[in-house]
Amino acid sequence: MNGTIARLVLKRLGVGVLTLLIVSLVIFTITALLPGDAAQALLGQEATPETVAALRATFGLDQPAHLRYLQWLGGLVTGDPGNSLVNGLPVADLIGSRLPNTLKLAAIAALAAVPLALTIGIVSAMFRGSLFDRLMNMAAVSAVSVPEFLIATLAVLLFAVHLQWLPALSHVSEINSFGDMLRAYAMPVLTLCCGLVAQMARMTRAAVIDQLSAPYVEMAMLKGARPVRVVLTHALPNAVGPIANAVALSLSYLLGGVIIVESIFHYPGIATLMLDAVSGRDIPLVQACAMLFCVGYMVLVLVADVSAIVSNPRLRK
Amino acid sequence: MKDKNEKFGAHQDLVERVSEDLGRGVSRRDVLRALMASGILATTAGGLLTHTGAAFAQTPKKGGKIRVAVGAGSTADTLDPAKGGNIADSVRHYMFYSRLTTIDTELTPQMALAESMNTKDGALWTVKLRKDVRFHDGKPLTSADVVYSLLRHKNPATGSKARAVAEEFEEIKVTGPLELQIKLNSPNVDLPALLGTAHFSIIKDGTTDFTTAIGTGPYKCKEFKPGVRSISVRNDDYWKPGKPYLDEIEYFSIPDEAARVNALLSGDVHLINAINPRSAPTVSAAPGYTLFESKTGHYTDIIMRDNLGPVKNPDFVLAMKYMLDREQMLKVAMRGFGIIGNDQPVQPSNRFYFSGLPQRTFDLDKAKFHLQKAGMAGQTLPMVASTAANGSVDMAQILQLSAQKAGLNLDIKRMPADGYWSNHWAKHPMSFGNISPRPTVDLMFTLFYKSNSPQNVSGWKNEQFDQLLDAARGETNDAKRKQMYADMQVIVHEQCGVGIPMFINSIDGFTNKLKGYGSHPLAGLMGFDFAEHVWLDA
Repeated sequence: MNGTIARLVLKRLGVGVLTLLIVSLVIFTITALLPGDAAQALLGQEATPETVAALRATFGLDQPAHLRYLQWLGGLVTGDPGNSLVNGLPVADLIGSRLPNTLKLAAIAALAAVPLALTIGIVSAMFRGSLFDRLMNMAAVSAVSVPEFLIATLAVLLFAVHLQWLPALSHVSEINSFGDMLRAYAMPVLTLCCGLVAQMARMTRAAVIDQLSAPYVEMAMLKGARPVRVVLTHALPNAVGPIANAVALSLSYLLGGVIIVESIFHYPGIATLMLDAVSGRDIPLVQACAMLFCVGYMVLVLVADVSAIVSNPRLRK
Repeated sequence: MKDKNEKFGAHQDLVERVSEDLGRGVSRRDVLRALMASGILATTAGGLLTHTGAAFAQTPKKGGKIRVAVGAGSTADTLDPAKGGNIADSVRHYMFYSRLTTIDTELTPQMALAESMNTKDGALWTVKLRKDVRFHDGKPLTSADVVYSLLRHKNPATGSKARAVAEEFEEIKVTGPLELQIKLNSPNVDLPALLGTAHFSIIKDGTTDFTTAIGTGPYKCKEFKPGVRSISVRNDDYWKPGKPYLDEIEYFSIPDEAARVNALLSGDVHLINAINPRSAPTVSAAPGYTLFESKTGHYTDIIMRDNLGPVKNPDFVLAMKYMLDREQMLKVAMRGFGIIGNDQPVQPSNRFYFSGLPQRTFDLDKAKFHLQKAGMAGQTLPMVASTAANGSVDMAQILQLSAQKAGLNLDIKRMPADGYWSNHWAKHPMSFGNISPRPTVDLMFTLFYKSNSPQNVSGWKNEQFDQLLDAARGETNDAKRKQMYADMQVIVHEQCGVGIPMFINSIDGFTNKLKGYGSHPLAGLMGFDFAEHVWLDA
């Protein structure tokens, strides 16, 4: 078993490095294709040919693209992702100040969403076709279809503007107690959970139902095992693979895609950092963020695959 | 000119004295009597009293902490005054730094760090600095700091947005510990006003690191994280005695307008800017909040680029200007939050505004006539609009309907706001643009209307206009200057390929606990300068 996992991890790491290289190249090419560059974006209306040329020279944008790419790559390999073009701060510092916030939000959202989603999914699967199952199904489809910005705005209008129970903004820098944390994270997490829980619950339900219709489950039932035991000890371990992958997908979204939540609640995470970087054509920062998301995604999928192998006796050989 | 500059000094003294009186709670009648006695009631009192009028009833209180959220802001936020671009940067620069002058609510420069600025010919200026001004780290202000702060704009590597102005500096040199000399390459009597803008904030000699701000402004920088927030704390050593009032200002951006309004109405922030006219009724209906309108010279214009194809014809330009249904545009695009424009960029409240220029009205018959004359009737032309240019998409649609009636098909091309200024603005035969107010008429004309300016958006070339502009810049006689600017407004109104349907008001919102707020013709947020004036009535 250990051999299988070690081989898998090693192979994945090798492929991962190659993927990162390709992704960095693609991102670099795409950002180079965007109209305008950092010098023009920074000067905006005040851009004149001379000032743009001078600023380009300061930024090193007057060098050919492939040279800039190689310089950046060389820096990254030696552990220095460079400086932001727009404000001159080290990219590592910029990301370092935002990443903990993103991770914290992702962790809290996952802690709230995963158990809830698994419970809903498993219970719906056990009582397939019941009123509970149908209600959950309907709620899940509605939650997935309502865009996040609408949920977030409605939540703010209700809980912050009208009821005044919660702050409209998430003031992460002023958290001194557990109560403060609950207040700061309540609405962002609520918004994120709507879509996440619905998606994960539906995937879990499907995976468990798939197993429940298998012959070995029928066998277990015929042997007189109680339904809860059948689901938890017989069907669920076999469903861990697809469930873990569903969870990994949802969590990778939490790492980089919560732009709406960040901007509505003024939460200083990494998604708005990347958005600013793209609109300012701050290529070193865009590249670093993209690499980070890519690494995060690959690690999560790897963890999902490993846990699928560990939980499934047939894959362990 | 000497007299005039001495008047600046006297005027400044008076303003200070009266402000202090008002601060101490002296009655309105006493102040009026004092002003009457000094004989300049007519020129000063109006502006002064409206500015401080709101603070009359109550004496400003010290202390308190406010949160302010603005619409603009990103990781490009900067504490480098040369690079400051949007309102978010300017507000920070006003909090942390001071300038040689300040621009008052009538766009007249008042002395600030400079005690006096004197010139005989408008080209050679002697600047005397105020004594006992200290930077936030305790270092006294000297003329070397000022020379450094001004001259760095000339260096292309600085990336200064005020380089066009700085090009006029021929030489700036220290002539004493608190005295310096500025030599311009041609006379410009507007220099005191130009040096009052945020870009020319005074920093310490040799500053190259802008991770924090060490200036002489009313607040010290306690924290600055670009794209996240800044925290300013009161500078107890500020050179204006008694000011500022607040202990602390937390300042950040919420780009989403609905989220910004909600943050205000839930009590999370005390002050916001850039309220969309569509949300204005929500804010004004909420108890405990004030919707505050500032009449600024901000305008959105339709640009007909002279050197690009069919719009070159002067008759076509006139036809387009007659097709602008200004009242409808103001009503639909801005819900009435603005004033009608007259195809020239000087706003009615400016002292150089020419009121004798007849208002151009919506006239489809005249539009048809000029369209026929230009041979453009029945043609189809593209027109570029974007949300980057405030209100332009709505304006384009109204214009399209009017044009159809006059016999011209306009094909609206809606471009994304991202990259609009570098890729689309004034790069098509017809596009929309958006210009924020400038402190002087000369600067507005020089940047956007002079033949050889890179930002001459319409690309027109008018010799008479250029000559008048150069002459007016060195003209020390105000009446003559006014006449020249009037002539220029007429020329732009009649000939330039720029249609200005309206000036757009800036809308801020704040909690009623915030006192001392006012309006400024340069921008909302009291012309970036609210931090020094507001106080909290807890």
